[in-house]
Amino acid sequence: MNVLLDNLALFREGFLGTLWLTVVSALLAVVLGLLIAGFRVSPVPPLRIFGTLWVNVLRNTPLTLLFLVAFFVVPKVLFPGVDSFVLAVCACGFYTSSFVAEAVRSGINTVPMGQAEAARAIGMTFTQTMRIVVLPQATRSVIPPLSSIFIALTKNTAVAGAFDNVDLFNIQKTLSNDGYDIAVIFIWITLGYLVITYAINGLFRLLEKGLEVAR
Amino acid sequence: MSASVLFDAPGPKARFRNLVYSVVGSIGLAALIAWVCYRLYDKGQFAGELWDIFNYAGIRENILEALLSTLKVFALAGVFSLVFAVLLCVARLSDHKPVRWVAVVFIDLFRSIPLLITIFALWVGILGHMTPMWALVLGLTIYNGCVQAEVLRAGVNSVPKGQVEAAYALGLRKTQVTASVLFPQAVRAMLPSIISQLVVTLKDTSLGYIILYPELLYSARLIANNTPVGGVYPTVQTVIVFGAIYISLCLALAWLAKFVERRGSRSKAGIVPAGAKELEEAAAPAAPETKGPGGAAPPSK
Amino acid sequence: MFTMKFHKTAAAAAAVLALAATAACGGKEGSAGDKPKDQTDEKALPTYEVAKDVDVDSAVLKKAQKRGKIVIGAKADQPYLGFQDQSTKKYSGFDIEMAKMIAADLGFTPKQIEWKTVDSGARETTVSKGDVDLMIGTYTINDERKKQIDFAGPYFHAGASLLVRKDEKEVTGPESVKDKKVCSIVGSTPLQVIKKPKYGAKVTELSKYSECVSQLLDGQVDAVTTDDAILMGYAAQNSGKLKVVGKPFSDEPYGVGLKKGDAALRKAVADSIKKHEDNGDYKKAYDATLGKSGSKFKTPPEITEK
Repeated sequence: MNVLLDNLALFREGFLGTLWLTVVSALLAVVLGLLIAGFRVSPVPPLRIFGTLWVNVLRNTPLTLLFLVAFFVVPKVLFPGVDSFVLAVCACGFYTSSFVAEAVRSGINTVPMGQAEAARAIGMTFTQTMRIVVLPQATRSVIPPLSSIFIALTKNTAVAGAFDNVDLFNIQKTLSNDGYDIAVIFIWITLGYLVITYAINGLFRLLEKGLEVAR
Repeated sequence: MSASVLFDAPGPKARFRNLVYSVVGSIGLAALIAWVCYRLYDKGQFAGELWDIFNYAGIRENILEALLSTLKVFALAGVFSLVFAVLLCVARLSDHKPVRWVAVVFIDLFRSIPLLITIFALWVGILGHMTPMWALVLGLTIYNGCVQAEVLRAGVNSVPKGQVEAAYALGLRKTQVTASVLFPQAVRAMLPSIISQLVVTLKDTSLGYIILYPELLYSARLIANNTPVGGVYPTVQTVIVFGAIYISLCLALAWLAKFVERRGSRSKAGIVPAGAKELEEAAAPAAPETKGPGGAAPPSK
Repeated sequence: MFTMKFHKTAAAAAAVLALAATAACGGKEGSAGDKPKDQTDEKALPTYEVAKDVDVDSAVLKKAQKRGKIVIGAKADQPYLGFQDQSTKKYSGFDIEMAKMIAADLGFTPKQIEWKTVDSGARETTVSKGDVDLMIGTYTINDERKKQIDFAGPYFHAGASLLVRKDEKEVTGPESVKDKKVCSIVGSTPLQVIKKPKYGAKVTELSKYSECVSQLLDGQVDAVTTDDAILMGYAAQNSGKLKVVGKPFSDEPYGVGLKKGDAALRKAVADSIKKHEDNGDYKKAYDATLGKSGSKFKTPPEITEK
């Protein structure tokens, strides 16, 4: 019996589940990550403190623990009745945002100091300096670590499978309950992940090429 | 570049504006915390009985045992993954094409498979019988070894070419060049990334729940689910206690990294250009930012 | 400045760790939280006579005898069936008593049992790998599982049912779950059934039943579905908050899981179950554990896997 052909619908559902979760969490992570990185370099101390706390707490907590918070603490205490996909996106997105924020901050660090000084000298404000001079240049050096962060995110979504989300990893349980050979199931699931991670890799290579400038 | 370069030394107007932002920011932050605390209070999560469970000797021993099993796996996986990484990195930089290819394929493959799957597959018995502990250790070793190997490679590539040429000119053999010129400098350059990957390794021990290894998070879930107090599950309390333990462990590790780094960098303080020191400092706890010429940057998890 | 701040955080981290470490010494004795001893009537528990010089032609058993311990897989989060008190680490419940009975007939005292907590999804693997010698934990005998392992039994007959909040009016049985959120563990059978158009429930899949119960109490889901015996246990544990509704809508005969092909051990286990069912230990154990949750005693099913 062929596991893949017999259960094409299930595999499709799992693959799309993983893909969808990855894409939405990645978007959330980028938005949050940029915001937090901005906080961390801003002239306003409370924002800096918030940014530091955010990064340190989220980076040093296992993702599974964040999932426990999302599924058993948030509904209980803060927002009852939130959809489990939203909760999973929040857990993955928040977690990844701390890595994105750090990558962006390191990227800012790679922009030569003279650039910011020059921007200041012609009278740009903090927001202008960041938006027009620093961030566009930082983007180039942020792309490679960002690519690995998103690949990591893809793999991390596997944790969501244990928390009411259909993804590539948890269809494995349904299939092995049906008595299929576990090794074969794993090969197909792994292939599914490889497709997504290689797609991300390729996409970022293209981005990198597009942004390349001779310096 | 430090944050202060990004904005001018504030004048009276800007100082005032910043003060306003600060006050608004602080109030916002305080309001957020107050709101969360109020909700927790409102739902009775601050009731003494719910926290009292951590006063029992049995629960404490339970946590300590779990902590030790987590640390045991982390220690083994940490050491093994570094050793494995060195081997993989050497293979990756080998002069023999087949060896290099095998290393590339191996690294690329295992970095792309979710660790959860690797661990589960090892435990199920893809490579023969394995206890949960060893399946977890081996899974962590393979995955983190691959990542660390790429980190090391980026470090090796960051060593100026002239050094290698000089070493060969002195008559050193390839092994000697690698062992005494390339790796020491690569490790030093990449220490922040190596440590942040070790933090990832520590956090990933929590994936052991899938194969029933009784580590911290596994025990946290059992405590939360099996110790209801007056019909209320102490989930919030357990999450806070165990979260604090994990964060402390990781911060302690990061602190150790700083310490080692400072000791290591002292000897080269004279050569480092003034700006580089600051850059390194600021980037220390950051996500790996280096990228080898091969295009592969080490993933942060 | 950065270094200073960092020092402080690190110091705080070290302090928490030190606290965690010292906390391990001392503290209150006994079990934390709601007293799990309410789940078992310790005095009414029968004691089982430990057989001597057991000679069964089974590789698994021979190994266990050599080790001096038998490893039994159990559930840890099912009150009245298989439950582990997290402060004393002691297991209790009906499945645990069944395990003690069988172990006694195989020549092991309760002290010679090494318990291992095994979650639902990991049972087949744990048994077929030999991580546990016997698996006794609300383990339904079915054909898919029989491809991977063998069963002895059944020793109990359960059926899937529904657990709801006490004030629930709309969900009264499997017929009334249309568009309601029903929780169970990933890949479980009752979930596959209730998902079908006939019942049309929206399902929530988590990895532990106790987590489903937690979600039910929080109002995240409307019902939890699994075997009635398990649900009765949760209902009794959260008395006044939860109730079991509806007629069972599936057959779940519980068996003892063991390694495939070990016919001698399977027979020994089946004989042991039969023996204790006949001599009254079974009923006594039931009354002292599962019976206290409100599950009515049913005559044990006929043993088919032997």
